[in-house]
Amino acid sequence: MSARDLIFGSIRRSLGVSGKEAPRRKTVGDRLAQHPAGLVPARGQLAAKERLALFRTMVEAASGSIDEIADVADVPSAIAAFLRAHNLPMAVRRGGDPRLAALPWERERTLEVSVGRSDGKDVVAVSHAFGAVAESGTLMLVSGPDNPTTLNFLPDTHVVVLDAKDVAGDYETLWQRLREKFGDRLMPRTVNLITGPSRSADIEQTLILGAHGPRRLHVMVVGKSE
Amino acid sequence: MAQPGKRVGLLVTCLVDLIRPAVGFAAVKLLEDAGCTVEAPRQSCCGQPAFNSGDRASARALAEQVIATFECYDYVVVPSGSCGGQVRVHYPELFHGDPNWHPRAARFAAKTYELTSFLTDVLGINKINARYAGTATYHDSCSSLREMGVRAQPRRLLAGIEGLTLAELPDADVCCGFGGTFCVKYPDISNAIVSKKAEAVAATGAGTLLAGDLGCLMNIAGKLQRLGRRVTVRHVAEVLAGMADGPAIGEPEPKRAAP
Amino acid sequence: MTLTSPQFKDNARAALADAQLQRALSKGLGFVERRRLAAERLPEFEALRDGARDIKNHTLAHLDLYLEAYEARVIAAGGQLHFAVTAEEARAIVVDICRKVCAKTVTKGKTMIAEEIGLNDFLEQNGIQPVETDLGEYLIQIRHEMPSHIIAPAIHLNKDQVEADFRRVHSHLPKDRNLAEPQTLLTEARGVLRERFLSADVGITGANFLVAETGTSIIVTNEGNGDLTQTLPKIHIVLATIEKLVPTLEDVSTLLRVLARSATGQDMSVYTTLSTGPRRPDDPDGPSEYHVVILDNGRSSMLGGGFAEMLRCIRCGACMNYCPVFNAIGGHAYGSVYPGPMGAVLTPALVGIDKAGHLPNASMFCGRCEEVCPVRIPLPRMMRAWREREFERHLSPATVRSGLKFWSFFAKRPALYGLVTALASRLLWLFGRSAGRFRRLPFAGGWTRHRDFPAPQGATFQAQWRRRRN
Repeated sequence: MSARDLIFGSIRRSLGVSGKEAPRRKTVGDRLAQHPAGLVPARGQLAAKERLALFRTMVEAASGSIDEIADVADVPSAIAAFLRAHNLPMAVRRGGDPRLAALPWERERTLEVSVGRSDGKDVVAVSHAFGAVAESGTLMLVSGPDNPTTLNFLPDTHVVVLDAKDVAGDYETLWQRLREKFGDRLMPRTVNLITGPSRSADIEQTLILGAHGPRRLHVMVVGKSE
Repeated sequence: MAQPGKRVGLLVTCLVDLIRPAVGFAAVKLLEDAGCTVEAPRQSCCGQPAFNSGDRASARALAEQVIATFECYDYVVVPSGSCGGQVRVHYPELFHGDPNWHPRAARFAAKTYELTSFLTDVLGINKINARYAGTATYHDSCSSLREMGVRAQPRRLLAGIEGLTLAELPDADVCCGFGGTFCVKYPDISNAIVSKKAEAVAATGAGTLLAGDLGCLMNIAGKLQRLGRRVTVRHVAEVLAGMADGPAIGEPEPKRAAP
Repeated sequence: MTLTSPQFKDNARAALADAQLQRALSKGLGFVERRRLAAERLPEFEALRDGARDIKNHTLAHLDLYLEAYEARVIAAGGQLHFAVTAEEARAIVVDICRKVCAKTVTKGKTMIAEEIGLNDFLEQNGIQPVETDLGEYLIQIRHEMPSHIIAPAIHLNKDQVEADFRRVHSHLPKDRNLAEPQTLLTEARGVLRERFLSADVGITGANFLVAETGTSIIVTNEGNGDLTQTLPKIHIVLATIEKLVPTLEDVSTLLRVLARSATGQDMSVYTTLSTGPRRPDDPDGPSEYHVVILDNGRSSMLGGGFAEMLRCIRCGACMNYCPVFNAIGGHAYGSVYPGPMGAVLTPALVGIDKAGHLPNASMFCGRCEEVCPVRIPLPRMMRAWREREFERHLSPATVRSGLKFWSFFAKRPALYGLVTALASRLLWLFGRSAGRFRRLPFAGGWTRHRDFPAPQGATFQAQWRRRRN
């Protein structure tokens, strides 16, 4: 008998089931199809304005920084200003995401912009988020042809551009948006939920930012929430 | 407020019976002052040591004995959260699935109370007239806190004692390291835990340590005394009953005749 | 793994005498206060714990069906699923996958399952170099130790020990390099491990959750190490046990809401990464092969039995953070991969109560672990259940058994009990009354070695009571 059969056999023996019981199969089928939500905390259900304010609070509580930018065309200059303010080199690596490609990068002549995955030598990466969760200050980034996962982890500084209207209250809203975009029960290879910069407290419980991933996480929220 | 006519069976506990009867008499006084009729039928042990050692058969036999002895009373009161927790939480568990005994154990559990909880939650007493001069700190025994829901009750009663100031003990919810047979099965670990507790007690600066469980009290008192710390240790019932004038736990008797 | 649980008492004694360890433990675990604050900040926290418990119970009751659904989704996403009944089988599967690509080095995200099956030693025996990438795991790997805590594996070490280890192992280090502070130590580790990430052939991670709805594996980290581990190499292997299954993404939300709060007191860990299958045809990065090794290792037989609730565990570590015994002796004394209260229940199920008998006994049943468990596992009750198994199988020490027998003989005979205790208390009073206490007592050495024992007050309560009432 295969290991698979042995394991299924043992599970069923312990549970006292055959696996063929129609009611059990229906229970499981329904739950997978309907994916009912559990309790969502009240703070995950705020109206747009409070939601954005909570998102900002939570990003900052997780040691990230956040800027709100009214006009999307101002993003390149805001990035340039951010780099200057932190004494960072005027070079960024970004994915091919059309929302990033459409930005007027040429307005910042001193800013060098390259496109593609990271090989570990880039200092600053710019990504576009799929969405965000206000209740915990969490960004959601999904992998795809234009959104390399390596950009989220290898560079020292990670700048994430986020449309204000994509800030959701809770995780549940974003799962639903994933289903709408990729199809029921289908997922991109990688979905990254990111809450603040990388950190470790493994040496004497001293919290230090920048363990393996970025030391700095900066969020740029663009436009109005609704 | 007294509620005359309540018949209370006092489950005195092995340790109080053997080591510190004064706690039992303090409990009796508190209950009688509140208008209860107190009886202490012949008894031995609630069975917790057997239960926690994995000897379920003995634990059950003793539980049956306790239930049979005490179920005629309106209430069963225990000057210990630990033995109280055995009755209240673990008796129903012991008889789980037994159609005869389980309902009986559950009814019995429902009328069993830790002493300070009974005084406040059942009898509605918020203030007791007694005096105790000095600063005391209070240790929450694990079972009182987590099995019997006792935290505010002794503090509320102590707040009304004339002359007494309560200094909160940091980490009052952390176990003292007694753990019944644990302290003799793993003496070194128990010692490390009770040492920390004793130092925390001494650091409050209080002259007296109070708690509602004699096991914890003996453990912490024994450690304080071994460390040479001058903190007197008593069961909370002794102070509440105004019966805290005799020697504290582990303290010598003044020279006089045997009782 | 080398099991030293049978020597628990010696381990504990050594731990208590280990000044370095006691210094590390004396700070207390910062997690305790942070968890308390995190729970207070979220009014729904207690209700979420109920929800988390219910999700796990539901999944376990339908585990065969969720596992089937998960399997289908993994395969549909282009992943490969391997089943392993035993640790040996799981190790062999991993090595086979590595051999197919002639792997020389393997990076590893933090996985307790790899510890459980002793994967690192096995990889080394097969000429494959495993590199732990979680900072704490890396520290214990270069010391050839077991983790001492499931989420903070190197909590027992101090920075001087880490510096000494780095100078020993990182041979490139100049002597004048400053490694005095956690910050400079972390920078050094980051530099060394960054190269390893980029050159590894295979990345192995564990999984916090496996999602039946989508065939997704999820890891939760703060460092980002597991994420690099599974993104950079050609092959990503997930090692997970059957109880990691959850039905849907919505269920994951509930569990995430309690996981980090219980573990570190964060509202959310920094990185929660969901992986489904290998990289897609046009993806610029990600592994080209995605394997999941599903291990049983005794868990399926725990289902439906007295220890089934242990399978709800989400490995947050709160039970050990709050455990006074763990705080006194650290994690290594338990002598097994899983320390603290959750280990005291799980280890006997994995290795046998005959070998791990001390673990469920080394508890005061203070109940702090159960009070903080995010999925409300009745840990003390299950430790007691192990004691019952021991008692039934006559594995408890003879002294305990005969002592219990002797005591319960009297306790079952209240009249006789009254006579004997009256005599005993009278005797002890006679000898102890002048001092009020004993510094030494026969048969109570365990007690009086460390503390005084109070002398009884004279006649027992019951004797006095009867005299008073008659």
